[in-house]
Amino acid sequence: MTGTHDGPVENLDRGPLDRAEIPARVARDIPAGAYVNLGIGQPTSVADHLDVDAGVTLHTENGMLGMGRIADAERGDVVDPDLINAGKQPVTETPGASYFHHADSFAMMRGGHLDVCVLGAFQVSATGDLANWSTGEKGAIPAVGGAMDLAIGAKRIYVIMTLFAKDGTPKLVPQCSYPLTGVGCVTRLYTDHALFAIEPDGVRVVETWGSSVADLAARLDVPLVD
Amino acid sequence: MGKARIVPDADAAVAGIEDGATVLVGGFGTAGQPMALVDALRRTGVRDLTVVNNNAGNGDVGLAALLAAGCVRRIICSFPRQTDSWVFDGLYRDGRIELELVPQGNLAERMRAAGAGIGAFFCPTGVGTPLAEGKETRTIDGRDYVLEYPIRGDVALVKAHRADTAGNLVYRKTARNFGPVMAAAATNTIVEVDDIVEAGALDPEHVVTPGIYVDRIVRVAEEAS
Repeated sequence: MTGTHDGPVENLDRGPLDRAEIPARVARDIPAGAYVNLGIGQPTSVADHLDVDAGVTLHTENGMLGMGRIADAERGDVVDPDLINAGKQPVTETPGASYFHHADSFAMMRGGHLDVCVLGAFQVSATGDLANWSTGEKGAIPAVGGAMDLAIGAKRIYVIMTLFAKDGTPKLVPQCSYPLTGVGCVTRLYTDHALFAIEPDGVRVVETWGSSVADLAARLDVPLVD
Repeated sequence: MGKARIVPDADAAVAGIEDGATVLVGGFGTAGQPMALVDALRRTGVRDLTVVNNNAGNGDVGLAALLAAGCVRRIICSFPRQTDSWVFDGLYRDGRIELELVPQGNLAERMRAAGAGIGAFFCPTGVGTPLAEGKETRTIDGRDYVLEYPIRGDVALVKAHRADTAGNLVYRKTARNFGPVMAAAATNTIVEVDDIVEAGALDPEHVVTPGIYVDRIVRVAEEAS
């Protein structure tokens, strides 16, 4: 490991992060006591890596704070069809949980009361634009859910995605080609190759895995600031 | 519409819903979906409804069955496409149903606005996205907002856990979701519950939807829903 507090940390003694390691890295950046919404899909698994003693409270947009783990009958959890997460999976409730209706749930999001929201993405732009709800494919049935509300709601928006598409093209781009979910909303981008901070003066590399900053700069069309 | 009235069954509860009505249907997926009321509405053979729901039906039951029966001309929702939304998917691909896609929080807030007598509101959700195209925008204190209009229902079909004879409602867990907002946003609010108790039996501090918003209540036994 090289780097200083001022510059990026380059982890060159290993390969890129795998699918489980990215959510684990996100979890390290979630402050104790935070109110957090985890989006559907890979972001949901951030919960598996949160320290239970850190007092993080999970919000689910269908009307609950203090959401617990996915309900597992084999572990003695009650599987209740009236108690589900945003992905419509049965979940559990933690002590201190609360329920509220949909307008309140989105008011606390839109009103900036949530500390962190973690979302997946198709593309993120150098200025923090997010594209994660549609690939704009003709004939596809559109669905947006709470993605646009979440994107502009929380104090900090952390995005999880692979840095490159299967064909090798970068998904961190100068401008999104897919329809936008939110403008200038992404705070941090967690990828397999690197963690990026999207800042007012540009995109800064915080940490890399299996690549140097110079390697990444050569593969991206986005300038990386020091 | 005066005091809440307890009706004997779901068919009586949905009587009088007219062709072309806008019907707010509670639920997030199947949690909080008023299955008995939606089934009864389907049996009336009503046509050309506009339905507002977060989704567009699951499997072949409830809202999906209402769509399959050809009762619905237009649906306003945030997330129609799901692994089990084959009924909607087929109708949409065949051009037999219109879709207005609304971000989930806007869907809730637009109905809240209707129930609260708000003419329209500026909302930051969707700024700069295709779903805000053609809408009026304004910059307020340096932030951009989109003008959003209320969604009002002729009818709301809501599932609550328990009602008292004054029409007050409590819900269960995340099945509450859109229920309280829809109850306030419709001219005629029809509620199915697991249980009806005497006025005074619900702690007034715990009432979620006050009876002023409720027009008809039907108790639906669990095995029937």
